[in-house]
Amino acid sequence: MEILYLLIPLSAVLVLLILGLFGWAVHRQQFEELEREGERILEDGA
Amino acid sequence: MAESPQGLAGSDHEVYSDTTVRWFALAAVLWGVVGMAVGVFIAAQLAWPELNFGIPWLSYGRLRPLHTNAVIFAFGGCALFATSYHVVQRTSQTRLFAPGLALFTFGGWQLVIVLAAISLPLGITSGKEYAELEWPIDLLIAVVWVAYAVVFFGTIAKRRVQHIYVANWFFGAFILTVALLHIVNSAAIPVSLTKSYSAYAGVQDAMVQWWYGHNAVGFFLTAGFLGMMYYYIPKQAERPVYSYRLSIVHFWALIFTYMWAGPHHLHYTALPDWAQSIGMLFSLVLLAPSWGGMINGIMTLSGAWHKLRDDPILKFLIVSLSFYGMSTFEGPMMSIKTVNALSHYTDWTIGHVHSGALGWVGLISMGALYHLIPRMFGQTKMFSTRAIELHFWVATIGIVLYIAAMWMAGVMQGLMWRAVNPDGTLAWSFVESVKATFPFYVIRLAGGLLYLGGMLIMVWNVVKTVKAGRPQAVAVPLRMAHA
Repeated sequence: MEILYLLIPLSAVLVLLILGLFGWAVHRQQFEELEREGERILEDGA
Repeated sequence: MAESPQGLAGSDHEVYSDTTVRWFALAAVLWGVVGMAVGVFIAAQLAWPELNFGIPWLSYGRLRPLHTNAVIFAFGGCALFATSYHVVQRTSQTRLFAPGLALFTFGGWQLVIVLAAISLPLGITSGKEYAELEWPIDLLIAVVWVAYAVVFFGTIAKRRVQHIYVANWFFGAFILTVALLHIVNSAAIPVSLTKSYSAYAGVQDAMVQWWYGHNAVGFFLTAGFLGMMYYYIPKQAERPVYSYRLSIVHFWALIFTYMWAGPHHLHYTALPDWAQSIGMLFSLVLLAPSWGGMINGIMTLSGAWHKLRDDPILKFLIVSLSFYGMSTFEGPMMSIKTVNALSHYTDWTIGHVHSGALGWVGLISMGALYHLIPRMFGQTKMFSTRAIELHFWVATIGIVLYIAAMWMAGVMQGLMWRAVNPDGTLAWSFVESVKATFPFYVIRLAGGLLYLGGMLIMVWNVVKTVKAGRPQAVAVPLRMAHA
């Protein structure tokens, strides 16, 4: 099952990337005022 | 907050770049017909093998991958390109980044499709399911995909709304993951222009192939279309997503869990037992985030269920989610090893695939395109609302016939293959199970014909709509960016 030497490190890198993206999102306040954001697309021009 | 009136761009004010959206939307309808027509033809071939005509490039073995590639990548792909380019602009309140590059992705993607349509019937194939195209086309796909990522993420980067709407998270995850999947699974050593050998071998190749295959389902056919769903359902229903918080939670849960489900394609094969168990476990876990999406979309109609009565576009969008819920329940069930021992290699798998493909992917795309296309030609409604209604019912009946026939065939096949006589010998020969499947092949063909018929109704309606309108430039609204 040598393919695991590729798949497991690849998956680990991917998990770190995902955690990094999530951290960026939290830091950039993507998750503040969520209900407002849900309604925003219904405004004109969205 | 100052806001300029919507409408035609007479000034040199910024307008949305919709040309590529328009082209991709129309291409999606065209390839939908082509891909489904090939599907109908090969379904007929299974019932009546004489329809192979002894001609190699019409043979079932070569046309089946043409069908799968056409419906997934040509129909589904063009629908995703069209809607993602439309949605990212509208929700970011900014014009597309590098519209010329976007136009390149259109031409490049059509070239990929044409090359597939030529090479697959010629028997040029890598033999990897949903990744059959040989290495030169794989390289072209990679180039187009990088361009796609640049356009999409470039547009996000220049957004005027600080918040990134949830649909864009789904589209973004779909774009990034498909790039990774394509590059890893298509790794091969070319020996000629039309032939290469996979970088992997044996059960290792199988593991990579189904890591790819299931993530193609999870990210191309699910995450991408959930992105579509999260924009077009609120817009068509004129109501916000039921729980925006839930949309974010299930997004992260979904993209994390999907990566691990691949081994459920390899139960009771040479793949190690522990890998099979991981696949089964994560597939079962996947039920929760999937249903989060379904519930969120359907409940968006809370307080507005009456709209379903008169709006056939909403029927498409909401019913697609019920099929999504069905398929994401059925899938985890089929991932259980004991269930899989019955279902694997039978037509139940085909029934499951088409419940997701015709029910979820097909209907959500049709609903989204019915919303999008008139607006791309200066109108707010399709030419004929009654034709949309007719399409909906024809398609739904077709889906039900298709999946019911395949469920019955699949369970029957599984039971016949494992039936033993008292002395331990097999009760049925394989060919006897094929013969017993015949009536179900015919019913499935009828279902597929209805589904294709619905698509033809859509073509008529789209042509009438395009002729009745004209492309109009839509100004990007002037507004103070939300801090």
